[in-house]
Amino acid sequence: MSGTASTYVPKSRVAKWFEARLPIAGLVHSSFVAYPVPRNLNYFWTFGAILSAFLGIQIITGVWLAMHYEPSATGAFNSVEKIMRDVNYGWLLRYAHANGASMFFVAVYVHMFRALYYGSYKAPREVLYILGVVIYLLMMATAFLGYTLPWGQMSFWGATVITNILAAIPVVGDTIQTLLWGGYSVGNPTVNRFFSLHYLLPWMIAGVVVLHVWALHVTGQNNPAGIPIKSGKDAVPFTPYATVKDVFATVVFMILFAWFLFYMPNYLGHADNYIQANPAVTPAHIVPEWYFLPFYAILRAVPSKLGGVILMFAAVIILAFAPWLDTSRIRSCNYRPIYRQFMWVFLGVCLLLGWLGSQPPDGGYVLAAQVCTVYYFAHFLVVMPLCGLFETPKPLPGSILESVTGPGKQVGGAGVPMGAAAAPTTKG
Amino acid sequence: MTMTLTRSTLLAAGMAALLLGGAPASAEDAHGGPIPERVKWSFAGVFGRFDTAQLQRGFQVYKEVCSSCHSMKLVSFRNLGQEGGPNFSAPQVKALAATYQVKDGPNDAGDMFERPGRPADTIPPPFPNDQAAAAANGGKAPPDFSVIAKARTFSRGNLTFLYDWLPIVGYSEQGPDYIHALLKGYTEPPKGFEMPEGGHYNAYFPGHIIAMPPPISDGQVTYAKNDKGEPVVPETIDQYSKDVSAFLMWAAEPHMMDRKALGFRVILFLIVLSGLLYYVKKKIWSDVGGEVHGLQPELHKTY
Amino acid sequence: MANTSAAAHAAAPEGSRRDFLFLATGAGLAVGAAAVAWPLVSSMAPDADVIAAGAPIEVDLTPIQDGQIINVFWRGKLIFVRKLTGKEVTDMKAVPVSALSDPAAFDTRVKNGHDQWLVVYGNCTHLGCVPIGHSGNFEGWACPCHGSQFDAVGRVRRGPAPTNLPIPPYAFQTDAKIRIGETGGGKAAA
Repeated sequence: MSGTASTYVPKSRVAKWFEARLPIAGLVHSSFVAYPVPRNLNYFWTFGAILSAFLGIQIITGVWLAMHYEPSATGAFNSVEKIMRDVNYGWLLRYAHANGASMFFVAVYVHMFRALYYGSYKAPREVLYILGVVIYLLMMATAFLGYTLPWGQMSFWGATVITNILAAIPVVGDTIQTLLWGGYSVGNPTVNRFFSLHYLLPWMIAGVVVLHVWALHVTGQNNPAGIPIKSGKDAVPFTPYATVKDVFATVVFMILFAWFLFYMPNYLGHADNYIQANPAVTPAHIVPEWYFLPFYAILRAVPSKLGGVILMFAAVIILAFAPWLDTSRIRSCNYRPIYRQFMWVFLGVCLLLGWLGSQPPDGGYVLAAQVCTVYYFAHFLVVMPLCGLFETPKPLPGSILESVTGPGKQVGGAGVPMGAAAAPTTKG
Repeated sequence: MTMTLTRSTLLAAGMAALLLGGAPASAEDAHGGPIPERVKWSFAGVFGRFDTAQLQRGFQVYKEVCSSCHSMKLVSFRNLGQEGGPNFSAPQVKALAATYQVKDGPNDAGDMFERPGRPADTIPPPFPNDQAAAAANGGKAPPDFSVIAKARTFSRGNLTFLYDWLPIVGYSEQGPDYIHALLKGYTEPPKGFEMPEGGHYNAYFPGHIIAMPPPISDGQVTYAKNDKGEPVVPETIDQYSKDVSAFLMWAAEPHMMDRKALGFRVILFLIVLSGLLYYVKKKIWSDVGGEVHGLQPELHKTY
Repeated sequence: MANTSAAAHAAAPEGSRRDFLFLATGAGLAVGAAAVAWPLVSSMAPDADVIAAGAPIEVDLTPIQDGQIINVFWRGKLIFVRKLTGKEVTDMKAVPVSALSDPAAFDTRVKNGHDQWLVVYGNCTHLGCVPIGHSGNFEGWACPCHGSQFDAVGRVRRGPAPTNLPIPPYAFQTDAKIRIGETGGGKAAA
């Protein structure tokens, strides 16, 4: 982060005075202005900015909703309805928060697929990548806690099912469950503490995001060619080039968000959650939110309670081991003709798992989910290590610039000064 | 190569699974009933608006028929005067509220007492609590109607989710369609269908055994006539069901018209802004010879 | 330096079309950001339920004895309803208006023809504490927090309170019944 700080020179006397005491302008300048960005980044690389926007949207709408929400078993459902009916623009806040969570996951899944496809997890970006997995885990926890808060039928039974999952943990499971419940079943203390935790976790996400960005700025961005920046011609300064592209992509993504928010606000939710929680009646067809469906399918694919739980968590945790499971020297799938196809099959399997998770747990669906679960893990444990050993990669371009223009061609523009551009790679 | 073999086998298994699951998108929903008819609602779509007259008729049906068993605890009398809703005038709302007795208190003597309703009051429930409601209705409390139009849905098949969210072809009126179909769905049970005591056959109700007897019949509610003394709409079960479904949709989503109107402006704004940003980005990137497009730029480049 | 050259490029007089495009986009972003703030601020205003619950309330005066003060709440605010004794009415009428820090004649503190009835908000105009009735040196209220004293018709007579206890909107329905929150003629207060 400090590698390029020297390029910032404060102009006014006040700025100089302040910068000598707290060099925050230099930090921002080196991170978001002068920071060299590979010039071949495609739109997959705008999802980091989109995710930051959604973290902001979720925190702001969440803080505002908390002004009206009542975390109690008797008051939660009615207070949410009061927000929808009586609070000025309350419907907007709530629908933005609920659909914002879904959009957050849409964006994070694209972001994660990009990392896997272009090998962004490979050295020297392992820590950066693992921090991303940590953020994803925190997001899942936050989303689950948030979904319980309206205290509808799906909230209640979702909370019941997930906390029962934790009870599968040997020895300490029951204790953890009781501590989470604050009683002998999901009830008033549960919703109260879930609200507290739901308010806490986003700030932890924000903290890990800072580390994630920090790590990014130490190693520099990966790019579709998967090769490091070698000269100033390979890079452009973050501002204005990446900034304007990020803003553009974010605004375009907001159109999708706005469509759901204003015209399909309940499409991604469940009708049953508009029925107040009732401990005596379980909804006929209980499924989690769409973004958990692949993991839910894995959970149900295993006929043993503990086994299902282990496999479900393993499906997330295994992501963190990708840097060491992948034996290839090449980062980007663009130069990996065989693994590239496996990546698309993997994507297909994940989508299929998601769809299977939404279906009733009957014979055919469970069998298909079992096949997909096996493939999911085989991708990491078999395909990743073996592909790297047996695959013949395509020749890499000589430089990022060459990957853009072809060998020996020149383009206009100055790029970034060599010193600044070299900093991240030497650091890495 | 063993690797490719594994891959193609798994691929085949995956495809098989997809076909297996995707196939039964038949005309019967998951509960084995017919799929509710898709009514042409005035409030559907991007420019959807509630029909004030229909909401007023729907409220009349609710008041005269449904409200003897079904509560509407989250709706206040004042809501009935809201713009974008039944839009009754303030004196109408006041007079209507006053026809109800509302429990209030305790007074200075510590007693609860009854007083005429005020616009700020919620519509009083027909039963003091769920237990009383259940006891009076054969053991099953009639559900509250405040958000019922959003709390009911049905499945039309396994893969409709792929396009139901899209503009124009999209579909998000399952709730009112279900209520409309349910009210019209009372028929004789098919031969051999075992009907328990107190049950009624309904083609659209999950499991087909519904505790509620057919609630409404043709001509049961008398609608206001127009200036010439002619009926404005037919007084049939179909019309009553449509009107009350529309009313319940409004009750569940009272700000729907505001939402759609604001959404139109927001999306239009975002489209214009993204258009502007696209050109700004293009101009800025032209300084460095343009940018790269596509997922795999090296596959698209022109040498 | 690349970034500064790019910035310089953006500002170059290459064409006003480019400048206009940048300006329009910047303005669009600014308007968008500002528009987002509106619902957030608006949602903090009293909601429809709170507003509706602020409808006028009726107070029956018959049980109130001479000299008695009762507390009622309207819109969550404390209101004192006090029946003045004959002596208090005489005393209050005798107070020279010019001697008051917030001059208000007796007639402005009560409704015409209802000399015995005082209706005032029950929070001290200094910092909002509730003054104690029938205490202090002026037959009225004394605030326990910072020592302000009010007379029998709620006029400030001593201490840091800047103004008299304000009078809420109310009207007599009959001689024995008032409606708080209404200015008379059935009109609701704003």
